[in-house]
Amino acid sequence: MSGLIDAIGPAVIIALVKVLVTFVMLLGITLLVVWAERKIIADMQSRVGPNRWGPFGLLQTLADGIKLFFKEDFRPRTADRWTYAIAPIATMVPAFLAFAVVPFGNEVTIAGHPINFIVSDLNIGILYFLAMGSLGVYGIVLAGWASGSKYPLLGAIRSSAQLISYEIALGLSLVPIALVAHSLSTLDIVGAQAGTIRNVTFFDGIPVLEQVANIFRYVPNWYIWSQWPAFAIFLVAGIAETNRPPFDLPEAETELVQGFSTEYGGIRFAMFYLGEYIHVVVISAMAVTLFFGGWSGPGFDFLPWLWPLFWFFFKTALFVYLFVWLRATLPRLRYDRLMWLGWKRLIPAALLWIMVTAVVNTEGVSRNVRLGVFAALFLLVLAVVLRGDPRLKEAVTPQRRRTQGRLSRGAA
Amino acid sequence: MSLPAYLPVLFLVILSTLFAAGSMFVASKLSPAKWTAAKVEPYECGIEPQEGGVPGGERFPVKFYLLAMLFIIFDIETVFLYPWAVAYDELKVFGLIEMLVFVAILVAAYVYVWRKGALEWAE
Repeated sequence: MSGLIDAIGPAVIIALVKVLVTFVMLLGITLLVVWAERKIIADMQSRVGPNRWGPFGLLQTLADGIKLFFKEDFRPRTADRWTYAIAPIATMVPAFLAFAVVPFGNEVTIAGHPINFIVSDLNIGILYFLAMGSLGVYGIVLAGWASGSKYPLLGAIRSSAQLISYEIALGLSLVPIALVAHSLSTLDIVGAQAGTIRNVTFFDGIPVLEQVANIFRYVPNWYIWSQWPAFAIFLVAGIAETNRPPFDLPEAETELVQGFSTEYGGIRFAMFYLGEYIHVVVISAMAVTLFFGGWSGPGFDFLPWLWPLFWFFFKTALFVYLFVWLRATLPRLRYDRLMWLGWKRLIPAALLWIMVTAVVNTEGVSRNVRLGVFAALFLLVLAVVLRGDPRLKEAVTPQRRRTQGRLSRGAA
Repeated sequence: MSLPAYLPVLFLVILSTLFAAGSMFVASKLSPAKWTAAKVEPYECGIEPQEGGVPGGERFPVKFYLLAMLFIIFDIETVFLYPWAVAYDELKVFGLIEMLVFVAILVAAYVYVWRKGALEWAE
């Protein structure tokens, strides 16, 4: 055995084991997430949810998956044979790949080899994550096109338009993170968020607040505090990228009968489903990594390697819960509203936030310029809010009523 | 570690592709295959398919094409922002102003597109 390890090299063995562990872990997480989603939604709708297979119905997803292996796997007469077969794989594989840059635990040393809980620490981690998200579009487009049928094609065209629209906002929302972290590597970004907030000098000299500011010594140094606008854009665009409600236009059952996957059944459909859930996990994990300090959290002497893993999965689970919660709460967006949100709100907001972050963080920009930027930003937000919300507008100028034309243009 | 950074990614590509292809192969062996003429018709709510019948045989609005063009412009802009974002510390105020000019040019294009109505979806 040691001869084999020497021949291939321990690094390759470590890489293989990491890949295998991550892959199996993702499959396991998917089983759990599907089960959790069904249970949570059932609970929110006063139902019981799956409760037959295993304790609390935990094995329900596994049973469903096995059942799908035995389902007839026919293909429409009009389908393009090979493209039709490849499309589910092309959707699923990038979802798995995107997880490769997510660090899910602190470094440990096993048999003298330092091992990071990350498949590969690429120096362009964020770009890689965005690229894998983009590749997922191919699977959907190919699936819709190859089916040779009306609804899948319409669904695929629509969803590709949705995905590329929100991809811009997603990409722009992560530029400020690269600005403040000076790196695109996810390990560096998690490292930059380690510890707690220190050196808060803003309240120095003010009697009571000076004491209160001490509380910052216990607040973790996460990017969410300074980068919450970027996080808001990231979250909305991320949910849109996963095709989850309220952005599940690609599979709008009521109008497109499942959209791009209408003609898919059996195990091929399971691949699309698997890809979607992996994507949910990846977006949640990325939100945790980039904005919530990744695996950092209070550790204890008992099993020191376990706590980072625990904190990472705990935070990720909270985000997955948010995804489920949104599905149970919000209705699906209308298509023109979807495009309006992506192109006319998220993209300008993301661009603006990049510029604000850059101006505030660049060395050599005077304090007056920074204050001016904040004042201008505040006025702009105020103007947008007052112009955008009819109720606020009415509150400011009560005699002006909302007009019908304004409503139908959807400018509110 | 002298391992190329992308080797684990390659392993992951191979593993997940094998998993997907393998499960499809297993499913094709386990599942019944009783195709009938009606079963393999493309889905059309039960009526005869009207047009198309080949991949890409359907029509869709040209609007989507326009959107794809716009996407390319703004996505490339995003790509250009990343190198600057990583190196802006060394570029200092010079880099900041350069980037402000770059973004201003794109914002001009963005305003033009908006005013032209290319971003309007509902007619």
